[in-house]
Amino acid sequence: MTTIDKKTSATSAPLLEVRDLHVEFHTRDGVAKAINGVSYSVDAGETLAVLGESGSGKSVTAQAIMGILDMPPGRIPKGEILFHGEDMLKMSAEERRKIRGRRIAMIFQDALSALNPVLSVGYQLGEMYRVHLGLSRKEAKARAIELMDRVKIPAAAARVNDYPHQFSGGMRQRIMIAMAMALEPDLIIADEPTTALDVTVQAQVMDLLAELQREENMGLILITHDLGVVADVADKIAVMYAGRIVEQSPIHDLYKRPAHPYTRGLLDSIPRLDQKGQELYAIKGLPPNLMKIPTGCAFNPRCPKATDICRTEVPALVSVTEQDGGELPGRGSACHFWKETIHG
Amino acid sequence: MAELRKEDEAVDATPNVTEVETVEAATETAAVAAIEAPVERGEPILQVRGLVKHFPLTQGILFKKQVGAVKAVDGVSFDLYQGETLGIVGESGCGKSTVAKLLMMLETATAGEIFYKGQDITKLSGRALKAVRRNIQMVFQDPYTSLNPRMTVGDIIGEPFDIHPEVAPKGDRRRKVQELLDVVGLNPEYINRYPHQFSGGQRQRIGIARGLALNPEIIICDEPVSALDVSVQAQVVNLMEKLQDEFNLSYLFIAHDLSIVRHISDRVGVMYLGKMAEIGTDVQIYDHPTHPYTQALLSAVPVPDPEAREGRERIILTGDVPSPANPPSGCRFRTRCWKAQDKCATEVPLLAIPERFQGSDSPAAHESACHFAEEKDVVHAA
Amino acid sequence: MPENTSATVEESAVPVATAPGSAVKGMKKDKPERVASMWSDARRDLMHNWVFLVSAVLILALLVIAALPGLFTSGDPYAKGFCDLSNSVVPPSGAHWFGFDVQGCDIYTRTIYGTRNSIIVGVLTSVLTTLVGCVLGMVAGLRSGWLDVLVSRFTEIWFAIPTMLGGLLVLAMLGTGNVVTVSLIMAVLGWPQLFRIMRGAVITNKQNDYVMAARALGAGGWRIAMRHILPNALAPVIVVSTINLGVYISAEAAFSYLGIGVQSPNISWGLMISDGQDRFLSAPHMVLFPSLFLSVTVLAFIMLGEAVRDALDPKLR
Repeated sequence: MTTIDKKTSATSAPLLEVRDLHVEFHTRDGVAKAINGVSYSVDAGETLAVLGESGSGKSVTAQAIMGILDMPPGRIPKGEILFHGEDMLKMSAEERRKIRGRRIAMIFQDALSALNPVLSVGYQLGEMYRVHLGLSRKEAKARAIELMDRVKIPAAAARVNDYPHQFSGGMRQRIMIAMAMALEPDLIIADEPTTALDVTVQAQVMDLLAELQREENMGLILITHDLGVVADVADKIAVMYAGRIVEQSPIHDLYKRPAHPYTRGLLDSIPRLDQKGQELYAIKGLPPNLMKIPTGCAFNPRCPKATDICRTEVPALVSVTEQDGGELPGRGSACHFWKETIHG
Repeated sequence: MAELRKEDEAVDATPNVTEVETVEAATETAAVAAIEAPVERGEPILQVRGLVKHFPLTQGILFKKQVGAVKAVDGVSFDLYQGETLGIVGESGCGKSTVAKLLMMLETATAGEIFYKGQDITKLSGRALKAVRRNIQMVFQDPYTSLNPRMTVGDIIGEPFDIHPEVAPKGDRRRKVQELLDVVGLNPEYINRYPHQFSGGQRQRIGIARGLALNPEIIICDEPVSALDVSVQAQVVNLMEKLQDEFNLSYLFIAHDLSIVRHISDRVGVMYLGKMAEIGTDVQIYDHPTHPYTQALLSAVPVPDPEAREGRERIILTGDVPSPANPPSGCRFRTRCWKAQDKCATEVPLLAIPERFQGSDSPAAHESACHFAEEKDVVHAA
Repeated sequence: MPENTSATVEESAVPVATAPGSAVKGMKKDKPERVASMWSDARRDLMHNWVFLVSAVLILALLVIAALPGLFTSGDPYAKGFCDLSNSVVPPSGAHWFGFDVQGCDIYTRTIYGTRNSIIVGVLTSVLTTLVGCVLGMVAGLRSGWLDVLVSRFTEIWFAIPTMLGGLLVLAMLGTGNVVTVSLIMAVLGWPQLFRIMRGAVITNKQNDYVMAARALGAGGWRIAMRHILPNALAPVIVVSTINLGVYISAEAAFSYLGIGVQSPNISWGLMISDGQDRFLSAPHMVLFPSLFLSVTVLAFIMLGEAVRDALDPKLR
């Protein structure tokens, strides 16, 4: 049984690779261990979905990659974040600043608070060009209109001088996407980009994001709590729980055959749209307290399969195989009983 | 309805100058009696007729001038039957939360009637109003802001008894609160704790316990699980279903998550821009929708099953929801509808069983406010 | 059915919140049955905050001095024969640590006795401004509409009068001041600040869902105001009032220094500083010791206010 970590490190450098990342927060009440050894990678043109509930560490990982973690109270005691093979954690603040926005861009959940309310969207979009590429005001405005066209904002030329509050939620999120795209980054991290939007608008925005990513051959990390939203657009998925990856998989396989009881529980607890079920399956208990993560497998107090080994030994993320030993590429599970879970 | 009207006239026919006071007292007593009377299972307990709420838009600082109105709710009618769950779905700005506030009398309706057991609660006052308030309770969306951070759990759940002291004698309250905690699956010993010591799911249970305290008949749930983690949502939904059976409750369940609404609801109403677009049983709405908006909404729901969705048709609407301050003429959905014709811009479609389905016993024969209603299954793979 | 029973809830009675910052809030190692509230959390934080501890000890000491000055000195500055002109401007010595002033009065005793007036002015003004500001702020915040507009506009006009300048004007007109008049005048000029804080806090809290929840239960206006809004709106007011207490003490000193505050034979630090200023270069001790007491007192209240603010601010948790 080879661990997934070793496997990925053997291949040639991906666009972004996170290796054994640890993040903790020091507070007056103690140390909260937000991330406890996360490893994943994204290639150009690939979409990775990172799924988790609140407190799973999905957003903290993204903040660590972007270099926007508040330190202190945050601290990265261990780990590497390789961008094109180079460890960003060892770079100077100046070097990281150059990557941020230009090579790696981020889209936030709340577009209204991410945009400056007193500046027109055209100005804010153009600012990227003026600051980073030194374009003139006029050129920058022309490029801003182009960008707004690309993200399919109707009548872009007429609306370029409008202010953020004059746009609807969906349009604002398009502007955020335009802003992230402006400098043609290699990687975009989208943190719950459609959570605040209505269902009918969600699909539009997600489609747009996927289309642009395909055209530009960018890497995309999609952080979400919603198993439904990412099903169409992601290539692979990593499920996080209590600061660890508990399962990773190519996207379609996960829904068909989850290999971790937590993933299975999540899938079972979502009501179906096409039929009326009986009582919902519910994962018992609560997400763990990051200050006292249970020993052994962090999921063990909530797991129907838990035995003594789960309470003492932390399960490693191991490759998952078919019953006959046949390979299941890209699949991994951090469960002592993954065999029973996927094949049982 | 016929019965309702009669009672209404009876109330109106009172004024006799000298006897006004005693007559008022008598009608109040009659109203209280009607409110306290039980309703058979399956009979309507709440009837909403032509409910309208316009929020005025004003300009000026000292001398305010009305320059328009946000038509948050613009003529909504529906019935809630005893013991059932009626789901109300719709996107932000459709007016579903305003409906909840109107039913709770947290806002005053601009027009329309709300009959609770035949009494129009928008016209009640005094003892009768208090009796209604006791019987209609609410569970709020945000478990973090709906509990007063300076009050203990015991004070929060016990507050209904302070306001309606006739429900529980003073010495009995602590025991009652502990019972309620137990009913919603919390340790009764937590009575002296403060809300911030609980997680979101537990706080929502506290909110539910507060809603149950006065032993109400109707609970209005405004997005009760949308702020919770996926793994906790199912726990709370299951709890609510269990409580409905145990206490014989009627739920009005307002949410934007169509999957959860289908799971919990017996009937579902779809709202768009302050109007009811379509209403029917869960099978009628989800498996046989006839309104284009319902179809688009259902088809847009992300399904966590890539295979199931491959065979599904996806209708992606263009544009955004128009502003409720300036809704389109005629049918409100026409600006985003692929079926829209001239008629849709001039004639407001009424919520009724479409002509083509009248007399049919097909599940497509349910109320839908569309000139071109047509059945289309968008949920199941072709 | 995987019922979430009390037992499972018990296991992790302490929640995990969304952001890492807030994830930490409310998690504590204490026994589960300890009653905790925002105030008791704040108290726990304060007990570990040296700024609070130092300022609290200082204030406690000052309060004791103000209440029972006789404990700290055997002299009585109001007694006949307390001052002896033959001691005029004698510098500090082993027997008289702070030395003597021009009149030959013991500065140490006078400084100790001066504490009472300073503390009374600070506390009285603070209490008055807080009361007026809170009552009017609650009314304006709860009653939106014309009443709010009226009170708010009136406050803005009032707010435009600088406290110091306004106080100077009124006191100069009165000619003589004492502890009560100085406090009253500062309170009359100072309440708008607390009014604005209170009104803002009330309006913010009014929009919380728990207020709506109480209304949905049928709670009356008085109950909502007293149980739901007031306790939640009070924190910022208390912080500012504590900080202001120090500010008012120094303002009293300034008025007395200018000769329009507390008048001789009453004792006040400001008055003592004023008396000593002419000979500051030749006899600095006359100014130094009352100034030192004044600065320490003002600083103590400001530090206390800031420590309380930090403890009550959930964002800093």
